[in-house]
Amino acid sequence: MPVSWLILILAALTLGGYIAGRARARASVQGDVRRLHSLPSYYGYNVALFALVPALAVLALWLLAQPMLIDARVSGMIPDTLIPEGSNQSLVMSDVRRVADGLELAVSSGAMSADEVAALDADATDIRARLGEMGVALGSDVRPEVLEAAQAYRAMSSTGTLWMTGVVLVLALAGLAWSYSRTHSEFRARNVVERGVLTLLILAASIAILTTVGIVLSMLFETINFFSLHDWKDFFLGATWAPNFRGDSELSILPLLWGTLYISLIALIVAVPIGLFAAIYLSEYASKPVRAFAKPLLEILAGIPTIVYGLFALLTVGPLLVDIFGRGEEGLLGLNWMSGATSVLTAGVVMGIMLIPFVSSLSDDIINSVPQSMRDGSLGLGATKSETVRQVVMPAALPGIVGAILLAASRAIGETMIVVMGAGAIAKFSLNPLESMTTITTRIVSQLTGDTDFASPETLVAFALGLTLFVLTLGLNILALYIVRKYREQYE
Amino acid sequence: MTDLTQNPASTPGQVPPRHGSLLTQGARTKRRNAAEKRFQLYGMIAIGIGLLMLVILVTTIVSRGLGAYQQTFVTLNVELLESKLDKNGNRDLDEIKKVSTFGYAPLVKTALADAVAGYGIDTSVPAKDMDDLLSKGAVAQLRDYVIENPDQIGQTVSFEFLASSRVDGYLKGRVSRESIANDKSISAEQLDLVDDLIEQGAIRKQFNLSFITGADASDQRPEAAGMGVSMVGSLFMMLVVLVLSLPIGVAASIYLEEFARKSWLTDVIEVNISNLAAVPSIVFGILGLAVFINYMHLPMSAPLVGGLVLTLMTLPTIIISTRASLKAVPPSIRDAALGVGASKMQAVFHHVLPLAAPGILTGTIIGLAQALGETAPLLLIGMVGFIASNAPDSIASGLLAPNSAMPAQIYEWAKRADPAFYERAWGGIIILLVFLVTMNTVAVILRRRFERRW
Repeated sequence: MPVSWLILILAALTLGGYIAGRARARASVQGDVRRLHSLPSYYGYNVALFALVPALAVLALWLLAQPMLIDARVSGMIPDTLIPEGSNQSLVMSDVRRVADGLELAVSSGAMSADEVAALDADATDIRARLGEMGVALGSDVRPEVLEAAQAYRAMSSTGTLWMTGVVLVLALAGLAWSYSRTHSEFRARNVVERGVLTLLILAASIAILTTVGIVLSMLFETINFFSLHDWKDFFLGATWAPNFRGDSELSILPLLWGTLYISLIALIVAVPIGLFAAIYLSEYASKPVRAFAKPLLEILAGIPTIVYGLFALLTVGPLLVDIFGRGEEGLLGLNWMSGATSVLTAGVVMGIMLIPFVSSLSDDIINSVPQSMRDGSLGLGATKSETVRQVVMPAALPGIVGAILLAASRAIGETMIVVMGAGAIAKFSLNPLESMTTITTRIVSQLTGDTDFASPETLVAFALGLTLFVLTLGLNILALYIVRKYREQYE
Repeated sequence: MTDLTQNPASTPGQVPPRHGSLLTQGARTKRRNAAEKRFQLYGMIAIGIGLLMLVILVTTIVSRGLGAYQQTFVTLNVELLESKLDKNGNRDLDEIKKVSTFGYAPLVKTALADAVAGYGIDTSVPAKDMDDLLSKGAVAQLRDYVIENPDQIGQTVSFEFLASSRVDGYLKGRVSRESIANDKSISAEQLDLVDDLIEQGAIRKQFNLSFITGADASDQRPEAAGMGVSMVGSLFMMLVVLVLSLPIGVAASIYLEEFARKSWLTDVIEVNISNLAAVPSIVFGILGLAVFINYMHLPMSAPLVGGLVLTLMTLPTIIISTRASLKAVPPSIRDAALGVGASKMQAVFHHVLPLAAPGILTGTIIGLAQALGETAPLLLIGMVGFIASNAPDSIASGLLAPNSAMPAQIYEWAKRADPAFYERAWGGIIILLVFLVTMNTVAVILRRRFERRW
């Protein structure tokens, strides 16, 4: 039975439970609801909660755990000696899964009967061709042990699903029956329901933790896999990024890190002065109408999706820069410094434009939180407005502004679309901003898109890169938040 | 008064005593006032640059993208020859279906050659090369029509075929006689023919609805590519995001804002939420790939997976804004509810939550708008690289069948080699921005109309 049906049945049970619970509570006091401990609807909620929540929780856990358990059991069936040269356990397992899925599809679409599938013999039938007819493409011919494992996989997952359906339904009915039997006038339904709801609220709040744990664990495991296949010294200390899918790649993060930092630096050089001066003007000089007009308009820049900036970099800014700095005699300056539209400068400038509102609105908040009395004092001593800003407001706001710049830097480092489209794909150490370079995020995208093989270091390196990126941005964010918070406390 | 301009740190002797009137400015005052003016100017320039960038960005998008909403069509009268399409003449649909697009190609060629001759155009283009002017999908369009209307076989029917992307580019100024010097798809003579046909009214540009409603097309047919299917993909993703992130986000915020006592657990949660809000989006993509696809074996490229990933990304935004609007409800509301005997849960759910609802809704819409424009995580879960050609036919297939999403589709077009796709990409951005602007406007209106100031 498909999961969607199970969920529909659960929903029906829940609704039924609500109605039945409420009716029983009313009946227990012969319709005189004043004699109930709680409002009648609480008795209904109580039954509904007990019918739904435990069953749903078990369903979710089961769906999570079943594939893992079956994988572990089935992969034990494939002895190491049977794994072909140049392949490995996880590749064979994905073959097994694909064959199992194909057989399942064959049965459900009616192309083969269940008995026919059970009687399949890898040596006698060309399973690859038969499955190919149904649109299940297999990479290689099915070997007997793979078929055997696939049959076991199919058997286990169908028993598993059967058991799951049974357990979930029994649990839902048991919860319903138990809570229904408890429904009478003395029962403190509201307290029970409220405790249940509170638990759900706490669970919802812990999803934030789960996400972080998920991020860290998913990347950590694959990173460990990566380092078992690839020397960590090359990753952290090597000088070359040259993935080679035939093996023997040099995968060093340093050239990528250099590209990332260089592009971020250019972005900050563009964004920080413009953003800062804009913030100073908006908070210290601008009249109310100007502020009300300019501030939201600037913030539109922050709301534009990064894919738009990426396209802008690739198709507008890049060619423009080539016209200025490249194309030899035909170019504007007659130089030939730039050959392609993708370059560090292209990505950096566009990213800078994206960061302007980010820097300006954060700095605006921070400048505004400098107490007015400090400005009044400085103006009272005869300083001009700009002297007040430079010598009183800025030094007071400096820690906060540093925090804002750090946040902007963390955004720049983690930015993906602009660099994917505007920065290029060549990993190297170079100081020339007109050359194309590559970044951590670009490499993550290119290593993880297309055909990926989760057993090769060339794919797994993306997880190590991701983890590095995560740690880097997390560090910057924590530092920035710490500085900003420290600064806020100073003036509150 | 003369002390006013003196630097208190310097010794009095260094600054010459001021002579003259307050009404005339001394050199030093002039310098300081000039510095003041300059400083103010820098600020204005900075804002000017920011606004200029916005204007440039918007004009670029509009000027480059509007072309995608116009498409060149060729009007032709095609004789649906019975001898080619239905040899036995018994109008049996299965037999008609057996005629492949190759069988239809001569009909289109003849129709075009006849039209050219009929207009009295003198051209050096041989009749067999004339169909370069038409989209490669024209034949399929004809075949679909015949299969749908088998009774029309034997008649002459007027069709509007898509022109090929080169012809379309020529009408839009993208393709010129110089730029096609090395182009095998079209020749200068063919462009002369196009000029003549334009004069006769057989080739013209008109509004291109199929860009908004249609499906993506292969590399060969940029003229037929549309946003419609990826729009549906985005819609399904947003549905998943809304259904998951709104309840979870609101529940989490209620707990943190109304019930949580200060403990290490709540501290951990709060730190987590503020950090998750700043994690690069690509990291969420890696999470989605590792957990939802590699571990749970959910299908690649499915809007469900995209929606789950975007949910995790949007949750912090929604939680932060929901907490702000819960915080804005004054404590007197809670106290009054508790005072008349409501439980804490009732006070929150019956009184605080409804009052905070407009703020929560605003935050949710803004979070959804962010999610709608997000691309990077979608690249990792495989929402690019294939042609989203079929609109899903049910909710389940909408969630689980491979599809694209608007930003992913734009990226896909930007990657393709033919510059005709760039126009599509810019046009797609216009659609995306229309959605974002609408959502944000709704959010602002909601906030203005319903938010109460206490």
